[in-house]
Amino acid sequence: MNDPKPYLSPGPHIFGNQETPRMVRDVIIALMPAVAVSIYFFRIRAFLLIVISMAACVGAEAAIQFLMKRKIRITDGSAVVTGILFAMIIPPALPLWMAALGSFVAIGIAKELFGGLGSNIFNPALLGRAFLMAAFPTFMTAWNAPITLDAVTGATPLGLVKFSHNLDISYLNLFLGNVSGCIGETSAAALLLGAGYLFLRKTIDWRIPLSYLGTVAIISFITEKASPGTYAGPAFHLLAGGVIIGAFFMATDPVTSPVTKAGRWIFGIGCGLITMVIRLWGGLPEGVMYSILLMNGLTPILNRITRPKRYGT
Amino acid sequence: MYNYTAMLSNTFRGGVCLAEEKELTVGKKTKEIPAPKELIVPLCQHIGSPNESIVKEGDAVRVGQVLGDAKAFVSAPVHSPISGTVKSVQNFFHPVFGKSPAVLIENDEKHEPLSTSVKNDPARLSKEEIITIVRNAGIVGMGGAAFPTHVKLKVPEGKIIDTLIINGAECEPYLTGDHRLMIEKTKEVIDGVNIVSRVLGAKKVIIAVESNKLSAVFAMKKVIKPPLKIEVLKTKYPQGGEKQLIKAILKKEVPPGKLPLDVGVLVQNVGTCFAIQNAVCDGKPLTERCVTFTGSCLKEPGNYIVKVGTRLRDVIDYCGGFLTPPAKIISGGPMMGVSQYTLDVPVVKGTTGVLFLSEKEAAICEEMPCIKCAKCVDSCPLRLLPTDIMRMVKYSKWEYLKELHPSDCVECGACSYVCPSKIPLTQYIKLGKIKELNKR
Repeated sequence: MNDPKPYLSPGPHIFGNQETPRMVRDVIIALMPAVAVSIYFFRIRAFLLIVISMAACVGAEAAIQFLMKRKIRITDGSAVVTGILFAMIIPPALPLWMAALGSFVAIGIAKELFGGLGSNIFNPALLGRAFLMAAFPTFMTAWNAPITLDAVTGATPLGLVKFSHNLDISYLNLFLGNVSGCIGETSAAALLLGAGYLFLRKTIDWRIPLSYLGTVAIISFITEKASPGTYAGPAFHLLAGGVIIGAFFMATDPVTSPVTKAGRWIFGIGCGLITMVIRLWGGLPEGVMYSILLMNGLTPILNRITRPKRYGT
Repeated sequence: MYNYTAMLSNTFRGGVCLAEEKELTVGKKTKEIPAPKELIVPLCQHIGSPNESIVKEGDAVRVGQVLGDAKAFVSAPVHSPISGTVKSVQNFFHPVFGKSPAVLIENDEKHEPLSTSVKNDPARLSKEEIITIVRNAGIVGMGGAAFPTHVKLKVPEGKIIDTLIINGAECEPYLTGDHRLMIEKTKEVIDGVNIVSRVLGAKKVIIAVESNKLSAVFAMKKVIKPPLKIEVLKTKYPQGGEKQLIKAILKKEVPPGKLPLDVGVLVQNVGTCFAIQNAVCDGKPLTERCVTFTGSCLKEPGNYIVKVGTRLRDVIDYCGGFLTPPAKIISGGPMMGVSQYTLDVPVVKGTTGVLFLSEKEAAICEEMPCIKCAKCVDSCPLRLLPTDIMRMVKYSKWEYLKELHPSDCVECGACSYVCPSKIPLTQYIKLGKIKELNKR
């Protein structure tokens, strides 16, 4: 018998079944319910924004990797995730070219200029949105009502509570997403379905969502009790705005959140605190985006100060 | 009958649950493989000072005759497993060291023993006598590390061993040699445990077995007497590591850079205890061991008693050859073993198993960028941050490396195993370790 020609490598010689492309694919699958619901509520606008954002993200990634002479990695799917996530958090009436520009900022500046997959400090989709918010604030705060409502335009529930002190809230509509808002953030039901899938696949860690949502719930519970006429309660603050998509899909982005468990707790609590401070006392009705971006910036420090105790000391 | 809730708490933090793959061999009785026509006995089969050859070309040797020895304390002599003629002493393949001096012996098939082998009653021997017998029998740690056993038994002045832990965890997938040994040679193993316990004067003796080896637990339950005790541990890799065993059983952490004896514990493998029993009671030096030959490429996977120095080729020929050509050959377990490129490598004292894996079983994957998912952080039994260490090593940030303590790494490979980006984290940490050591 001929001798086998085995190959050599250092141990371990076997590997687990978790793979980065699979984890990215899981997030895409988990976003599908939210995508479907957004198209149901905002029809062709939502569809166009999602397609444009995805195409712009993948295109920007390929172009920049080509220009920077890096390996073209669009097949790992991470640009697709950024594209979908970005589309989920922009208003339905946003001009398509602005969506394309925002996508370019998300991938080109927030991700590739920082070194590509795994090296970015800030969540790309959120940084793209922050750019649009700074460049085109009027477009970013003009809300089309979903086609299921009679109105053509309508303020978001957070805006209504904050600026009109209108505490007449339909929690069912909030839960299902039948309200004004960014195209993919409105339906808590669809997002929770996706989040459940991510937990099932062990793709995301539960610490950040729990501490984030828990902090939001506790603060809104206290402030509502303290001044019931002015502030809405925990159910409202958990379901309205972008806190669900933020807590499960943005804050959990492994690249931009801490690697230590203690760090994750602090990260989530920090996100919750900043979100609620902006919502209750800031100039804007919503604070999810800035809360996560700020905590992204703190992540390297959190990783450093929350290192586990050395074994045996 | 068994306290299963206690079992679940008998564990350590971190680690990974692996596919066991032990069913290939666990149910089969251990078979003895006769010595082949020619043996290649490496002169150095332990960690420590290398041995000098005592024999030369043309010498006649007998079973149990010393082939190589060293004067240094941390060393273990090597004996001839067969009788025959020394054909040459030259550099030859070694599963761990690549190439190292070895004695080629032609088997005369006469199995002539040395007249000096004597049977002893361990109860009549003093501690020092037992340690001398263990040293002269060339016994090393049989769990794979191959550290000379008499060095461990000679507890330094001022240190007291309170607890002796007998390692029957066998946490590496595929390997079942220790499991079979505990079932088939229960009495001998326990006698060995008692000898070790007497030498150390340990108050507590705990035999630690993973929960996937309950048959071994039941077999040993029948023969053990107090103070011997069996603890069943949760099946999780790397439960068989010394630090993880001590953590799981005694909830104690061995401080960095210290040994188990610094917390009053000594760990011995079940295979080592068996070898000690053989040496002390029967006067047999360590010249053969139980090796798990397994993997989907083998026609007859199983546990075999193999003479040290037998080439893999001879074992394969004896047990029926390959079903399919293996894509990877590993001496040791799949997590910490060393991959081999030739079948001419001999079995040595530290060989726990030899795996013949197919392309599918031992796939090599493309490395992707780290996404900081922290699965490596969660899996590290020593609470290290493999992803951070990897980054510091990769970008040569040596000044930051120190505070991440790469030298604490036990190289279990759990981080590389779980990494979804298939980054060879263990190798990066090893590199960091070397850099650390060189700086001192």
